[in-house]
Amino acid sequence: MIAGTAPAVFDLQRVRADFPILSRTVNGRPLRYLDNAATTQKPRAVLDAIASYYTGINANVHRGVHELSQQATGAHEAARERVRAYFNAASVREVIFTRNATEGINLVAYTFARARLKPGDEAIISAMEHHSNIVPWQLACEATGAHLRVAPIDDRGELILEEFDRLLTPRTRIASITHMSNALGTVTPVREIVRLAHAKGVPVLIDASQAAYHMRVDVKAIDSDFLVATGHKLYGPTGIGVLYGKEAHLQDMPPFMGGGDMISSVTFERSTWNVLPYKFEAGTPDIAGAIGLHAALDYIEATGLEAIAAHERDLLTYGTGLLQAIDGVRVIGTARDKASILSFVMEGVHPHDIGTIVDREGVAIRTGHHCAQPVMERFGIPGTARASLAMYNTREELDALGRALQKVREVFA
Amino acid sequence: MSDLSDLYQEVILDHNRRPRNFHALPDASHTAEGYNPLCGDRLTLYLKLTGNVISDVAFEGAGCAISKASASMMTDAVKGHTVAEAGDLFERFHRMVTTPPDRPVEDMGKLSSLAGVREFPVRVKCASLAWHTLKAAMTQTPKVSTE
Repeated sequence: MIAGTAPAVFDLQRVRADFPILSRTVNGRPLRYLDNAATTQKPRAVLDAIASYYTGINANVHRGVHELSQQATGAHEAARERVRAYFNAASVREVIFTRNATEGINLVAYTFARARLKPGDEAIISAMEHHSNIVPWQLACEATGAHLRVAPIDDRGELILEEFDRLLTPRTRIASITHMSNALGTVTPVREIVRLAHAKGVPVLIDASQAAYHMRVDVKAIDSDFLVATGHKLYGPTGIGVLYGKEAHLQDMPPFMGGGDMISSVTFERSTWNVLPYKFEAGTPDIAGAIGLHAALDYIEATGLEAIAAHERDLLTYGTGLLQAIDGVRVIGTARDKASILSFVMEGVHPHDIGTIVDREGVAIRTGHHCAQPVMERFGIPGTARASLAMYNTREELDALGRALQKVREVFA
Repeated sequence: MSDLSDLYQEVILDHNRRPRNFHALPDASHTAEGYNPLCGDRLTLYLKLTGNVISDVAFEGAGCAISKASASMMTDAVKGHTVAEAGDLFERFHRMVTTPPDRPVEDMGKLSSLAGVREFPVRVKCASLAWHTLKAAMTQTPKVSTE
């Protein structure tokens, strides 16, 4: 947090007024948007920032000497500085813009891990990863003859740290672990994970896609080698993501994609690479996306990340109690350290049917496996219904979910 | 706006609660797996063909009420019919659930209870999964997916 600036008092109604979409109706009822783990809604400040970029500045970055290009470059790089500050990275050289978190993980899997993985080596993930933090490592292991090891979770949905520690062997080349499970809400002890891995000389990637909009994510404190996040869950636009990497790693890594902007010189004999972070940003970037993300992070900080977290904690407690009071409902994911996710099943009713019925009531939730099929398998269920919270949600919206679930009970009585 | 009771009609809820022909068929001559990755619906369809006639049919699996009821009603509908007749039913059912909701559809008896999915586009795949799996079993395609 910026020293000396106390965040304003959290004013829920004012926050809600900042998100234009929240005033629309769905199926004739007010929208109750509880699918924030999939993507969050955008405050007007983000929409305005994108519109004013295209209205007043639009030009390509890093090449033109003309005024617009310089302004566009300035805005794009100011966004990078905003991201650096948000995640407390040491330098903007450590902040790579990507399309999304998935691209960040793939970048590391391709340019960092594949060079290190030899036949018989190992990469570690956890049993609660999103598919985006499983498949790139499967591909890397397949291509190199390495093995993928999976650190198990317990019945609460917590990572079993001793098992993770046991999986760290002299053959381990990388560990890639989520900061917060999108299917269960579990918040993982990332500092401890990194400490254990580093003690065995194993570099770590942290997937902060879910954590980054619910809690302070400080890459210096976490000390991970890499960290990824995605703009559209940070109340920013789709199409922009962030990869943080320690500068020493990024310097050693070869480029991921080739093209314009990532080179310093090109001849047909050879090309030389641009300096960090541009070495990893081939082609015209999502300039408007970066500018939108800048506005989104400004909005989060102005609202106060700690105040947002406190509000969401209140909602999580309230929602958990509400669900537990409904006959036949079982909450999946009961980690002691948990944030903003209410994943549940209802006896005798498939999650997909729950989703359709509550949608009729204007309540948007996600149903299914949440791109985390192994998690569902771990709990022996085909999927869950999931309500996921953000700063603008209210107790009243959770009450609406509760009423909609009573309707599900009636239909399937 | 369509009413929920158009989708969850009593006959569908009944077939969901008590699915017919819901078991394995050890002497099946044809089987196929159906999978809807969107929601995780999964079913195995067993066919016993005697000549060209579906002399027995059964299914197993886990899925939403729509997919389970559709599979259950389908097994009732095709049992005792020829492969060609079942293929014709597949076409008619497919046409029924994919016709826009404001257009009239053929009366298919009990199967018409599933016409309500037309108002819920993401649920059409739930209703058609069993039928696609039946078609695969009859033509011996080992696995189908509605994605």
